[in-house]
Order: sequence, then C-alpha cells, then structure tokens
Amino acid sequence: MAEASGVTVNRSAEAKPAAGSLLYLDGVTVSFDGFKALNALSMIIAPGEMRAIIGPNGAGKTTMMDVITGKTRPDEGDVLYDGRVDLTAEDEATIANLGIGRKFQKPTVFESHTVEDNLLLAIKADRRPFAVLFSGVREAEQARIDELLALIRLDGLREKPAGDLSHGQKQWLEIGMLLAQDPRLLLVDEPAAGMTDSETAETAKLLKEIARSHSVVVVEHDMDFVRDLDVRVTVLHEGSVLAEGDLDTVSANERVIEVYLGR
Amino acid sequence: MATLAETGGAGRGRRSPLLHLSDRGTVIFLGILAALAIGVPLLNQLPESSVFHVPTYLVSLFGKYVCYALLALAVDLVWGYCGILSLGHGAFFALGGYAMGMYLMRQIGDRGVYGHPVLPDFMVFLNWKELPWFWYGFDNFGFAMLMVMLAPGALAFVFGWFAFRSRVTGVYLSIITQALTYALMLAFFQNDMGFGGNNGLTDFRDILGLDLRSDGVRNGLFVASVLALALGYIICRMIVASRFGKVLIAIRDGESRTRFLGYKVEYYKLFVFTLSAVLAGIAGALYVPQVGIINPGEFSPINSIEIVIWVALGGRGYLYGAVLGAAGVNLAKSYLTVAFPEIWLFFLGGLFVLTTLFLPKGFIGLITESRLFRRRAKEGQGDG
Repeated sequence: MAEASGVTVNRSAEAKPAAGSLLYLDGVTVSFDGFKALNALSMIIAPGEMRAIIGPNGAGKTTMMDVITGKTRPDEGDVLYDGRVDLTAEDEATIANLGIGRKFQKPTVFESHTVEDNLLLAIKADRRPFAVLFSGVREAEQARIDELLALIRLDGLREKPAGDLSHGQKQWLEIGMLLAQDPRLLLVDEPAAGMTDSETAETAKLLKEIARSHSVVVVEHDMDFVRDLDVRVTVLHEGSVLAEGDLDTVSANERVIEVYLGR
Repeated sequence: MATLAETGGAGRGRRSPLLHLSDRGTVIFLGILAALAIGVPLLNQLPESSVFHVPTYLVSLFGKYVCYALLALAVDLVWGYCGILSLGHGAFFALGGYAMGMYLMRQIGDRGVYGHPVLPDFMVFLNWKELPWFWYGFDNFGFAMLMVMLAPGALAFVFGWFAFRSRVTGVYLSIITQALTYALMLAFFQNDMGFGGNNGLTDFRDILGLDLRSDGVRNGLFVASVLALALGYIICRMIVASRFGKVLIAIRDGESRTRFLGYKVEYYKLFVFTLSAVLAGIAGALYVPQVGIINPGEFSPINSIEIVIWVALGGRGYLYGAVLGAAGVNLAKSYLTVAFPEIWLFFLGGLFVLTTLFLPKGFIGLITESRLFRRRAKEGQGDG
C-alpha cells in the first residue's frame, strides 16, 4: 500500500553501486550544533545480509538508525532503500510501511496494552485510519499472533499489560513486534542490553533464526554477543566507518584497538 | 494455553462491533441514561404537591448538566485516549451554541422589540439594513443543525491539520488551543462580527415553531440531550474499543513508537480531534435553548480549563468517568454557589489539586483500582 503512495524514487542512483543493494548510505553527514554525529558515513547492506555494527559511545550508531528510519534528516548524503527509494524524503510511518522495522535500545512497548495487543498493533496490515477503524481481527492475523507469542515465549502472558513484563520479556516482546511487522530490513539496537547471559545467548539464536529470512542490522556493545552472531562487522568511530570485515580481522586492526582500548 | 488461544482467537475474529457495547460499565451507564430520559419527564408530570415532583426549571438544569457531560465526553475522547490535552474545547461548544442561537434568533421573526420581519433586534439597533450573508439559511432548522456540526468540525479540522502536521504536542498544543478560544472570544465580542457582540444572542421564543418556555419543549430538550449523550457515548465506546482505539492509546503512550510501526499519527489525531469538536458542538447546540442565551463568555479560556477539571476529577480514559465528573462538579457548583458563593472556586481548585496529587486516575480510577487491589489480595490468600 505504501509503495503506491508516491515515494520519491532516485533514478540517477539506479545505475550506481546502489543497484542491487537493500540499503545504501553514501556520504551521510549529520551535525548537531556543529558536532558531527555522522561524518560522511557510507555503507551498503545487501539483501538477506546480517550485519553487526559496533563502536564506542558517541560513534553515531543510533544517529545512523535515526537517519535510516526518517527520524533525523541528514545534512548531506544519500540514503537509498532497495537501490532506488530516497529515504531522506519520507517520514517515519512511510519508511516503516516500506518494510524497515526498528527495535530501540530501551525496550519501547505500549505499557498499558496487553502483550497480545502490542503484537496486534505491530502486525502487518493496512495502517490507514479508516481501514483500521472498520477492521476487526482476521483469523490469519490471530494465528500469526499466536505463532509469535509462542516464538517469544510469552503465550502464557498474552492478557497481561506489557508494563508488567520483566526487562528481558519486554525486549523479546519488542522483537516479536518487529517480526509481526514482517519487514524486509530489521534495525536492532542493543538487543542484549540488560539481559542475563543465558537470555543473551537465546537472543543471539533468535536473531540468527530471523536472519535466515530477513536482512538484519544489529547495533551491539557486547563483544561476546557479536561473536555469537558470527557475521560481518562494521566498526563506527566518530561518525564514519573505521573498519569492516569479520570479527577477527576487525579486532586485529590497529586503529580499532586504539579506539577501543585507548593508546 | 490452547483453550485461551481458541477462545481469544476465533471468537475475536468474528466479533461484531456492536458487541463492544456489552461490557458491564456500558450497560449500566446506558441503563441510567434510559432511566433519566423516561423518569425525569414523568416526574415532571406529577402534581406540584407531590414530593417527587420535578419542577420544570430543574428539568432544564439537569438538561444543562447532560450537555456538559457530552462536552466532557468529547474532551475525554481526545485527552483520555489520545493524549491531546485540549484547553480549547469550549470554543467548539460555543460555536455549536452560536449556530443554534442563530436559528433561534431567526425563529423570533417579527416579534422582536423593533418588530423587524427579518433582522434580529441587535442588528436593527446597530442600524444594519440587511442580513449579513453568513446568517442566510439559519431560518432553516436542518441547515442550522448541519452548521452546528460543520462549524466546529471545520475549525477543528483546519486547526488540527496545521497543529498535528507540524507535530505540535503536549503543553505547546494546550497553549495554542487556549489561544484559539481566547481569540474567538475577542472576535465575538466585536459588534461588527454580526453575532450580537457583548450581549450575544438571547430572548429566544420558539424552536420548530413551538414555545421554548412550555413544559413540553423543556422536557423534549432534556430527552434530546440525554439521547445525544447516549449516542455520543456509543460512538466513542465503539471507537475506543476497536482496533483504531488501540492505535489511539498507543499514540498516547508512545507517539514516536507508533510512527515507527507505520501509523500516520497526524491523521489519527485529526480524525478524533474533529469528531470530538463535532460532539462538543452538538452539546453546545442543545445547551443554548435550555439556558436561553449564548454570549462570548462561553469562549472564555477558563471555561475550557474547567471542562478538563471535570474529566480529571471523574477519571479520564473511561468515558463514563468524564460524564460523572461533569455531572458531579456541576451539581456541587449549583449547590455551593448558592449556599457558600465565596468558597466555590477554592473548593473546585482544592479538589483539582487533591485529585492531581492523590488520584491521578480520578474517581472512577479509584474505584477500579481498589477493586483490582481487593481481587489481588484475594488471589494472594488463595496462593498462600
């Protein structure tokens, strides 16, 4: 539905390296009062790829997510989705409907809604007000919600307000909501934050499972978690890419060691 | 868990929207309204010597409360469910009231003090020669009723379009709604505006050709007000219980999160804000013939704040809480302003401060929470 609603298509980019990519960032710069949160950041995510983004605090990880999801407009640079849709021209809702889902660092679920209703709100459907006004809950949607509840292990808590869940359960509910949206690209910000070791391992397993059928970008601090994921890693530093490669190559990089450990 | 999934799943898929009205609170609420609509006019028919006789002036006073209740309901829809704290709903109420007032002025015909066949008295007094264009059509009841809904609805739509698209929220939105109603008050005070200036519209005689002062019309207006409240409640209940209502609550609790889920928050807000303004306009239209006057004082910013106090005291986000708050506060007001006129404002202010500090969910919230507490205590005993 959103695809039909006149999104801006950048034709000149089609011939460029953006072609064939799912997400294409080129020279993206964002400054806040002179501070460059992103400094000519360039990155390409291929369809079906899972990528981990690491970097010290203030490296620009969350700002990058904000730019991709339409919360922050870049001062310069291109952000293309699917090789042709200019994301810098769209608002958050349109971008979400294009198939980009986001999980926040701090779990953000709707606290006064039940667990089940949180998933219902997220489930892929027509989001236009009048369509929503007259729509009930279709059987297929209910079936999908039940499936997700089992997957995120909250089926016994479906009637509970989401505000009553533990921190780890909220993280899982939010991952469930992300899956309910059925996006092509998932942006996941620190999914393991505040989790116990066993929950962290479970979360890594769940994300790998998800990555089989979706493209995923994970921002994470926890190195063990990133090792568990076993995917290509991008290191951000001061708003641009410092190194890229598998975790062992990246952690052998001298510049990376310098940034992480100090000199 | 399989049983839960079955009942929750298959049942909900086929659930008709009307079933949303089967919850206990709604049944009780609509039952009380039905009893009022039948009971009050009946008690009015009793001989005056009877202790149960309800004098006609009281019928109209109750009618006034019912109009306030509908207004409070409209505010609860936007504030309690969507988090839009409008401090300008008095403007929509007054606009609906003015549209009705204009019809009632035209009903006077040539029986005004100056006996002009078309022009209302205040226009003759101002030496106007002909009816301003925006008074055309108000001699027709149907057209006037259309304007009762259209004028506040259109204002809310235009105002909301700019405010919500620019993502004005929270206290900033509240302030500009205050500015809106204040600006309208100043405008309506002007004689040149053509709405009777300072004095407003009054000295009404007939509605639909029937004498406004007759008992029959007074009872009829009361019943119409109760029906409007019931209908308004049903519409609001169906909306908040639907999937749309879940989106509204999501917006209230996490606006930017809702956007990231793909909902165009501004359109949802615009829809409820406009609907709420229409309900407020209808409340105003029913209010005016029962109190007999509409003047720019109705646009006063204080009025709009008072509505919010009713809703807060009754309990926001329940719908019937707002109704209870409006009725309760106004009953107290009618009594206290006569018995102890100097303490009324202190009483209202004190009540509001106490509610904000100790009862954030209002009166209804207190009841539901104490019930929940008792149930949990009982469950706890069972476990132990």
